[in-house]
Amino acid sequence: MNRYQKLYKTLIPFKNGCFIPFLILGDPSINISLKIIDLLIENGADGLELGIPFSDPLADGKIIQNANLRAFSSGINIYKCFKMLYDIRKKHKNIPIGLLSYANLIFKFGIKNFYLKCSDIDIDSILIADLPVEESYSFRKYAKIYHISPVFICPPDAEQEIITKIARYSTGYIYLLSRSGVTGIDNKIIVPPLHLINKLKKITNVPIIQGFGISNTKQIKKIVLSGISGIICGSIIIQLIEQHSHDEEILIQKIKNLSLSLKKATKIIE
Amino acid sequence: MTLLNSYFGKFGGMYVPQILMPALYQLEKTFVFSLKDHQFKKELSDLLKNYAGRPTPLTLCQNLTKGTNTRIYLKREDLLHGGAHKTNQVLGQALLAKQMKKKEIIAETGAGQHGVASALSCALLGLKCRVYMGIKDIKRQQQNVFRMKLMGAKVIPVTTGSGTLKDACNEALRDWSKNYINAHYMLGTAAGPHPYPTIVKEFQSIIGKETKKQILTKEHCLPNAIIACIGGGSNAIGIFSSFITDNSVKLIGVEPAGKGIHTKKHGAPLTHGDTGIFFGMKTKIMQTEEGQIKESWSISAGLDFPAVGPEHAWLDSIKRATYVSVTDHEAIHAFQCLSKSEGIIPALECSHALAYALKLMKSDPNKHQVLIVNISGRGDKDIKTVKNFLKNSE
Repeated sequence: MNRYQKLYKTLIPFKNGCFIPFLILGDPSINISLKIIDLLIENGADGLELGIPFSDPLADGKIIQNANLRAFSSGINIYKCFKMLYDIRKKHKNIPIGLLSYANLIFKFGIKNFYLKCSDIDIDSILIADLPVEESYSFRKYAKIYHISPVFICPPDAEQEIITKIARYSTGYIYLLSRSGVTGIDNKIIVPPLHLINKLKKITNVPIIQGFGISNTKQIKKIVLSGISGIICGSIIIQLIEQHSHDEEILIQKIKNLSLSLKKATKIIE
Repeated sequence: MTLLNSYFGKFGGMYVPQILMPALYQLEKTFVFSLKDHQFKKELSDLLKNYAGRPTPLTLCQNLTKGTNTRIYLKREDLLHGGAHKTNQVLGQALLAKQMKKKEIIAETGAGQHGVASALSCALLGLKCRVYMGIKDIKRQQQNVFRMKLMGAKVIPVTTGSGTLKDACNEALRDWSKNYINAHYMLGTAAGPHPYPTIVKEFQSIIGKETKKQILTKEHCLPNAIIACIGGGSNAIGIFSSFITDNSVKLIGVEPAGKGIHTKKHGAPLTHGDTGIFFGMKTKIMQTEEGQIKESWSISAGLDFPAVGPEHAWLDSIKRATYVSVTDHEAIHAFQCLSKSEGIIPALECSHALAYALKLMKSDPNKHQVLIVNISGRGDKDIKTVKNFLKNSE
């Protein structure tokens, strides 16, 4: 049983959803980034989704684009990312860690070498933002060899053929998009695409995690009540880093409060 | 499953967020259907002839080659309506957008030529147009910004990254991933995810078809070489397309060496980059050892792009085409030469191609050779840039 399966096993009977924060590694600096990750885990995060900074993150909105730039300014590179991941895993042995990357970073590192490295660090899943399931064979091949779960994104208007493929190949969880567009903060109500949830549940037991635009507790409650296994929240947390990166004390306090409230919203049964 | 092959050898593909795949499939299906549709072909052909002004002439340089045995012909895409070859393919894509019942057009532009072409085709066919343009390019191409606005397009400044074409392309894709239901992304070059490289090549292949017919009429033989500049590679693939199977014809693509390859301020991914995945395709790109995309450089905004269309990467890999690079300085010199000797002011983009033709001519003045240079656009837009360059060189 992998870490995701163990996690869902502990949450699902209590009808609780999982809270997975998304962060860019090295934002705003390596040290603060590591502190923020510890803080999130101590204050409710059930899993982690961590992004390797990329120069051209075309699936991301302004907030995450800026996080990439801050990370670069702090001197991050792929080897330092791996070192950070190694330290995080050493400290937090049971938490599922998913990586988010863009295809070129993995291609350039060597697809085989990248998955091998992630396997050595004990990474649980890899999601590649600009890799549709149709182009994924050479990446999935090594994910399977090195026991890393591939994660694919299911768009809100996906047709049956693609839903079937995503359900077949996405083994850690299925990343369900709240809406079209890029990452960002939405304050409006996010309607979970129930028709899609039902279709996915008919063909797979893999948990469905929703992401994109999620920024408040009302949205989270509604999402979890619709039968989705959890949520990924990135921009709302990263916006705090952007606003308070020069005042660590306030930053830590704000992130702690936010994390506690987001986690609380995923609990249907307290 | 795609209807057409999405790869050129190992290059190409569709490396985009999953959400864009249905829009790409829809585009491919519409394209394949339209190519078989008599009405579509008739409408496009009529627009190319009566609106855009095709065929464009093939002009023999009367003075530039004096004292040599080289005959240089210019394929005059600068005389096309809009001032560049870009008009050919935007008319095709605008008709495809209409077929798909999309009412909005998203475009990106570097030098502004594709933006202008997008704006004019939208004005003509009643489509709403927004054009992403890097802030650096907006400053250096103000005349084209004004032209786009005059024709009703909204120009959206892009401040991220280097503020050039690369960043405008990213923003256009971001916009499309939100608005693909009602909007068509009118990609400006033979690059990006499938089916764009194939669509743009098809609509630009008219340049090659006309050139072949014209050179056979004028010279009764095929040329020794065809020379075209390469940014994304649309004018080059357009003129190369009719000659790819004619092995006696050398196909030469000219990339911008910018301030010099050794300065690292260049835009030459084919000759000095390596294989990677960027802007929806697997191709040759300029990247760091870790796979971060490098910023490119060229005095010509239209060539300032760190990647190249996948078919060029393939033609390079099988050695069917040769790719070389030319510096800003050499391009400006060619720009001046053509202006002075023939009374034709070429765009800075194709001044790179011309500079290489001049090199071929000067390296062996006695050699009997027929060279065709694709003059992909006119140079009015670049006059300020050239003036500043010359002033700073004094």
